[in-house]
Amino acid sequence: MFRRFNEKPSVNTSATVELRKTALNSVHRRLGAKMVNFGGWDMPLEYSGIIAEHQAVRTRAGLFDVSHMGELEIHGPGALQLVQWVSCNNAAKLNVGQAHYSGLMTSRGTFVDDLLVHKMSDTHYLLCVNAGNQDDDFQHIVANNKFDAAVENSGPRYSQLAIQGPRATEILRQLTPAPLDSIRYYHFTFGKVSGVDCLIARTGYTGEDGFEIYFAPEHSDKLWNDLMQAGAAAGMIPCGLGARNTLRLEAGMCLYGHEIDDTTTPWAAGLAWICKMEKAPFLGSDALAQQKQTGLPRKLVGFEMLDKRIGRDGYPVLIGGQEAGRVTSGCPAPFLKKNIGMAYVPPNSTAVGTEIEISIRGQAAPARIVALPFYKRPQ
Amino acid sequence: MYPADYRYTKDHEWIKLQGDIGTIGITDYAQQELGDVVFVELPKVKAKISAGKSLGSVESVKAVSEIYSPVSGEVTETNPLLIDAPEKINTDPHNTAWLIKLKLADPKEVAALMDATAYQAYIAEQAKEHSA
Repeated sequence: MFRRFNEKPSVNTSATVELRKTALNSVHRRLGAKMVNFGGWDMPLEYSGIIAEHQAVRTRAGLFDVSHMGELEIHGPGALQLVQWVSCNNAAKLNVGQAHYSGLMTSRGTFVDDLLVHKMSDTHYLLCVNAGNQDDDFQHIVANNKFDAAVENSGPRYSQLAIQGPRATEILRQLTPAPLDSIRYYHFTFGKVSGVDCLIARTGYTGEDGFEIYFAPEHSDKLWNDLMQAGAAAGMIPCGLGARNTLRLEAGMCLYGHEIDDTTTPWAAGLAWICKMEKAPFLGSDALAQQKQTGLPRKLVGFEMLDKRIGRDGYPVLIGGQEAGRVTSGCPAPFLKKNIGMAYVPPNSTAVGTEIEISIRGQAAPARIVALPFYKRPQ
Repeated sequence: MYPADYRYTKDHEWIKLQGDIGTIGITDYAQQELGDVVFVELPKVKAKISAGKSLGSVESVKAVSEIYSPVSGEVTETNPLLIDAPEKINTDPHNTAWLIKLKLADPKEVAALMDATAYQAYIAEQAKEHSA
């Protein structure tokens, strides 16, 4: 075993490249986490098990170290113009204290990365980007900075923890005077958590209510320990990247390198809601306008398996017995208790209910296209 | 932890020999590395399997891994418990969560495999490489 079918060859193996570590690396190791190389970072994959961690977030709460995520900051009178030029959502609509999901675009209208844009002030935006992309994102933004804005790669100045789940608010409330109930979804405020200055955002990547807090890395141990203690009675447990992946997939959210990359457009990825053509021109807007006219080569859909097998990343999708696309992500959905996935298929085969097959090591396994998201939390 | 009367492979399968029937499973080390097991695909009874060739696969939440047969032979039984309770591999990998039973073509093949002491030394070495 361990000669895995679906393992991608890793270019930077640990022997040659030193993995980056978050400030909580020794905490994860002390907790006995199984560690993995994720985007060049030595990160916890799981502590007690992906299924247990997934269920904790759906029913109680989970704590994630997401300090590997990158932060880029844009300052100055030209900050908004630069954000507007490089990203596809309309940042002019943001109020101070508000965030939105967006895409960093190439001139072809494809993704350099996906990101959260936080409006800190009229002249200051904080971008939260993927760990493995942060250096490329920074270079890309700098290369397109014709607005004289100051661009800073500020990742090293932040640790980030995600407290996610239906009991996240009551846990965090024990440690902060910040008015958590008045922070609406995709809004943020500044406040002390455990006496530490934090940006407290009501955001997440799990499909549950919760918060992502940003703070100076030297406070990481204290915040981790205080949060774990505050969450113990509510059944909060530490969660790794394994559960983060199954949670986001159940919630129908895209992951860079899987559903989106520099060959996919927001139209194809079902992300038209973050692509605001009315603010054009922006980087890629011509190509995006053109693709809207000429039509899409493929479109992202959700599917569920009709037997016990699992259609995983990279497996071919068969329609009418012919290869018609590829699975981008696939896994067992621990809360829904189904095997689910997302895949690109031809745009004329996206109807919910369409019967497809996933080719699993040469065998066709039946599946059906279903609506996204797979899971929506009860309001 | 690792039964003394079993033999082990470098790919983390175990085999327990009784006469010319071998019971095969994956080791505790293997289940720990895999994480939560959710599905097991096993060969049909009477299938002929060669040593070192795939006899099926074990899927965890995270990944799917092939299982290689420690010996050659003909499948006499597959474990029905694993159809509805594949997670037993995580809790009892060396006993009730065996995968298949095989009638060995040549019981002497087993002698070439590691005993428990050698296997434990081997995984200690693997773990060291892993954390390096």
